Amino acid sequence: MSPGAASPIGLPLDRVDGPHKVSGSATYAAEFQPKDTCRALIVQSRIAAGRIARIDTRAAETMPGVLRVLTHLNVERLPQQGRAAVKPPAGREMSLLQDDAVRYNGEPIAVVVADTLEHAQEAASHIEVAYERGPAALDFEAARGGAYPPRKTVRGPPDTTWGEGASALDSAPVRIAATYTTPYEHHNPMEPHATVARWEGDRLTLWDSTQYVSGVRDTVAKTLGIPTGNVRVISPFVGGGFGCKGSTWSHVMLAAMAAKAVGRPVKLALERPQMFGPVGGRPRTEQRIELGASRDGRLIAVCHDVISHTSSFEDFVEVATSPTRALYAYPNGSVTQRLVKLNLGTPTFMRAPGESTGTFAIECAMDELAERLSIDPLELRLRNHAEREPDTGRPWSSKRLRECYRQASRRFGWERRDAKPRSMHEGPWQVGWGMATATYPAHRQPAQASASLARDGTAVVRCGTQEIGTGTYTVMTQVAADALAIPVDLVRFELGDTRWPRAPISAGSMTVASVAPAVRAACTRLRDALAKQDRRWLDAADDAGRRSAWRALAASQPTATEAHGESHPDASEDEQPFAARSFGAVFAEVRVDPELGIVRVPRVVGAYSVGRVLNAKTAANQLQGGIVWGIGMALMEESLLDPSSGRYVNGNLAEYHVPVNADVGEIDAWMVDEDDTRFNPLGARGIGEIGITGVAAAIANAVWHATGRRIRDLPITLDKLL
Amino acid sequence: MQPFAYLRADRIEDAIAASGPDARFLAGGTNLVDLMKSEVERPLRIVDISRLPLDRITETREGGVRIGALVPNADCANHPLVRERHPLLSRALLSGASPQLRNMATTGGNLLQRTRCYYFMDAAFDACNKRRPGSGCAAREGRNRIHAILGASEQCIATHPSDMAVALAALEAVVEVHGPRGARRMPMEDFHRLPGATPQRDTTLEPAELVVAVEIPPGSFARASTYLKVRDRASYAFALVSVAAALDLRDGRVHEARIALGGVAHKPWRAREAEALLRGATPGEAAFDAAARASVAGARPYRDNAFKVTLAQRTVARALRVAAGIA
Ligand SMILES: Cc1cc2nc3c(=O)[nH]c(=O)nc-3n(C[C@H](O)[C@H](O)[C@H](O)COP(=O)(O)OP(=O)(O)OC[C@H]3O[C@@H](n4cnc5c(N)ncnc54)[C@H](O)[C@@H]3O)c2cc1C
Ligand code: SF4
Repeated sequence: MSPGAASPIGLPLDRVDGPHKVSGSATYAAEFQPKDTCRALIVQSRIAAGRIARIDTRAAETMPGVLRVLTHLNVERLPQQGRAAVKPPAGREMSLLQDDAVRYNGEPIAVVVADTLEHAQEAASHIEVAYERGPAALDFEAARGGAYPPRKTVRGPPDTTWGEGASALDSAPVRIAATYTTPYEHHNPMEPHATVARWEGDRLTLWDSTQYVSGVRDTVAKTLGIPTGNVRVISPFVGGGFGCKGSTWSHVMLAAMAAKAVGRPVKLALERPQMFGPVGGRPRTEQRIELGASRDGRLIAVCHDVISHTSSFEDFVEVATSPTRALYAYPNGSVTQRLVKLNLGTPTFMRAPGESTGTFAIECAMDELAERLSIDPLELRLRNHAEREPDTGRPWSSKRLRECYRQASRRFGWERRDAKPRSMHEGPWQVGWGMATATYPAHRQPAQASASLARDGTAVVRCGTQEIGTGTYTVMTQVAADALAIPVDLVRFELGDTRWPRAPISAGSMTVASVAPAVRAACTRLRDALAKQDRRWLDAADDAGRRSAWRALAASQPTATEAHGESHPDASEDEQPFAARSFGAVFAEVRVDPELGIVRVPRVVGAYSVGRVLNAKTAANQLQGGIVWGIGMALMEESLLDPSSGRYVNGNLAEYHVPVNADVGEIDAWMVDEDDTRFNPLGARGIGEIGITGVAAAIANAVWHATGRRIRDLPITLDKLL
Repeated sequence: MQPFAYLRADRIEDAIAASGPDARFLAGGTNLVDLMKSEVERPLRIVDISRLPLDRITETREGGVRIGALVPNADCANHPLVRERHPLLSRALLSGASPQLRNMATTGGNLLQRTRCYYFMDAAFDACNKRRPGSGCAAREGRNRIHAILGASEQCIATHPSDMAVALAALEAVVEVHGPRGARRMPMEDFHRLPGATPQRDTTLEPAELVVAVEIPPGSFARASTYLKVRDRASYAFALVSVAAALDLRDGRVHEARIALGGVAHKPWRAREAEALLRGATPGEAAFDAAARASVAGARPYRDNAFKVTLAQRTVARALRVAAGIA
């Protein structure tokens, strides 16, 4: 940045897309309405396993407004039975009507296309299906016996040991062992999935609610067997994703197939109940943890054995052992991941996959160990602070967890905690204080961006990334303005289009770490190129001077100057000489009604070590949102599976509980000062997921402190405390 | 959604004449329209009653409060007559749903809302005697944490979800209905019914009968009453268990007591035995605990809802203490 110009990086800039969102002019996928668009509706199976013996669509086809009913009997045959792009865990096994098999209750088995949604719905109810039922595995407990190791996980092989492994437990003077369980959950972003598909000759345009426009393009092109260049995916706004919009699920392809079949653009928007099954969810987990320590609280060994569920046709691993491998300085350890196959839709990444479920288990276990040792839970963590990554011995790129513990415990008032359970009260309420460590790995992938100066003085910066509500438009505007040394309002950042330079999936909390360096590279090139022409804007004394010099420069250009930039990590994550991870310390207060079992969370305090913060407002917003979700995970969130049919019975937002305002007390969350330039040139590690981690454990630990009861099975509903 | 004819009635007689077994009255629509979208309700005719002149709250000649069938729940909860004389009802209403829903929801619609039984609300389940008589009851062997512990039958274990109805039961309100055969009045007690062998019928209302008002008789409960609702989140959730408790305290004794429970049965559950125990008793923990025990006498839980027996008992005891001002 030029002398005198204050960098906009780090400032709590309001969302640049805020006015669009509140005025309704932000266009979400289902709001695109190409000419002649008709509606498609997915018909779902009503059994969990077997085959379609007969499907009668004759009545439906003759109903008013109906254009076509697609079933396995008449749908286009896709290359490799629709499996050409299958590459778990990114390329999912879809249900594309290529055969008569039924693998879970709620699997797409037909698509009705009609002029209106109401006509499609009415026709759908006149489709008659006769099934031949097969045996269905729906009982997690019963399936445990058949648990098997997956071939791999996103964190490497399913089993890892270091030091002496589990055998080191034998020599530990103090040991605790416990089993923790977490339920089926579903993402439920405010905006359900939606796709609008339009064919023009052999070229396909998709308006899709997705966390990964390039991923959708590649998957759809490959599955259809057409050139990638023939598919364009557009996604300017996404009403939340949290992982469920990271993969290309069946409905996207079915929309494209339906549009082709009827020769008209087709809109396919999932209904809320359809969010429970065909588009992933958080797997159920059962986690056994054993910790061994010396009497003065030095950890000697950890064992963490996880069983999670997957579908009958694809392996998805909830790597709940991941945080355990990173959290403490245990010289010995052994972690295992196992899967059980159930006749359910394939689960997927859900905000802080692995880390949210895993931190619940390991951070509750640490609390149980602290209790056994009569050591303060915070002190136990400090004694075992990991100066290096425990399982690999690599140093951290940067880690300020000690500072998080210090700041958050002080703000919370932790030193006033009476260690004894049931010792604190407020009127009739039992009060409990609990804490946990939060953590989430830092990821980064290659990304590209372009920047150009338009004649009206707007710097147009483009990148095929996504805005999933995290603030990408705003933060990238700040990064661009900083590199170009111009005020932020002169930047227009465009995203969500496969015509723009390629960017990675908006997931894994890596958008800032991946995209910001590319944006900066493109803008730096543009600045350098422009400076050669006329560098007066760089030397201007104030914003007004910069603005007018920049405008003059823009107007004097014969053609728009354009620059490209790209950025990538120096090595793959495993080959980096350092380990990169974010950490945090979260403290929770609960009040428990001792008679009725009601739990309230009046306050949560968290401090986070997440690298450099590019926008203080959107960053804090991510942390707060994560903490709110953590409260829900702790106390209420659960998809209830009907044991005989394999349907989730509470598939709507009235009976699937997430926190409402009244459930959320005071949230005090902030980022400690840090700059992790070892990880990437901007020094940022990403912030989207860490907020949820540790919260459920902190609350469960607080519930123990309030009541003396360890609830190891989420959610902590009041019946478990009666 | 099945195609349907839509009629708007301007007069009560027209609404009744237009109704019938294949028709449904549309009031606020917050329950009916949801159920139509999910094809649980498939009426052929919708009779929109929202313009009928039934949106007033008035005082009756006897000093009771008459609430029109179309008074929005929000207005009812905040009406001075209701707040002053029957704060119990006001509390019950405000504990239900959300402000947006309460602005739309009406007195009649609230009493006639259908159960939240998961298997009733999802038409993909074949077995639901309430939705498809004779098809069985998927909830008995299924997920029944939210289901009934009192008064259920082999055929149905659903609960009635209304908070308002529980308060009205405790206040011994009277429901006034008009139908093809004229008008009739019945106590709340006789309005909702237990499932027995015909769970498809939630109430004793006959086809084409329209609720026009509920009337709360004058009472002396305003000073010692409460509505206590226990649920899975702090707001915007149906009751796991709720209790309307009202005491008429005179000279240090319980002159009269009313206890009604929600979330435990197919209808608001009047705990008459418990009320009888309290009559003449000295208000206090001993008497309230005894009444609480009596409230759940005969409870029969299912796989997931045994906790409700304990919870209901404790909630009754707590509600009585709160009502008596000794909590
Ligand atoms: C998300 C959600 C949460 C909720 N939470 C709660 C809660 O916590 N507590 C609670 O008590 N309720 C709750 N409700 C239910 C809500 O109170 C009801 O939906 C509402 O009261 C229904 O009133 P309405 O006027 O909209 O009825 P409508 O939907 O219009 O009608 C419902 C039924 O009543 C019939 N009907 C309506 N008026 C009359 C009449 N005058 N005579 C005869 N029949 C009539 C209709 O034909 C229909 O069958 C919740 C609802 C939702 C959607
Ligand atoms: S409890 Fe009643 S409403 Fe629920 S499934 Fe059984 S019959 Fe249907």
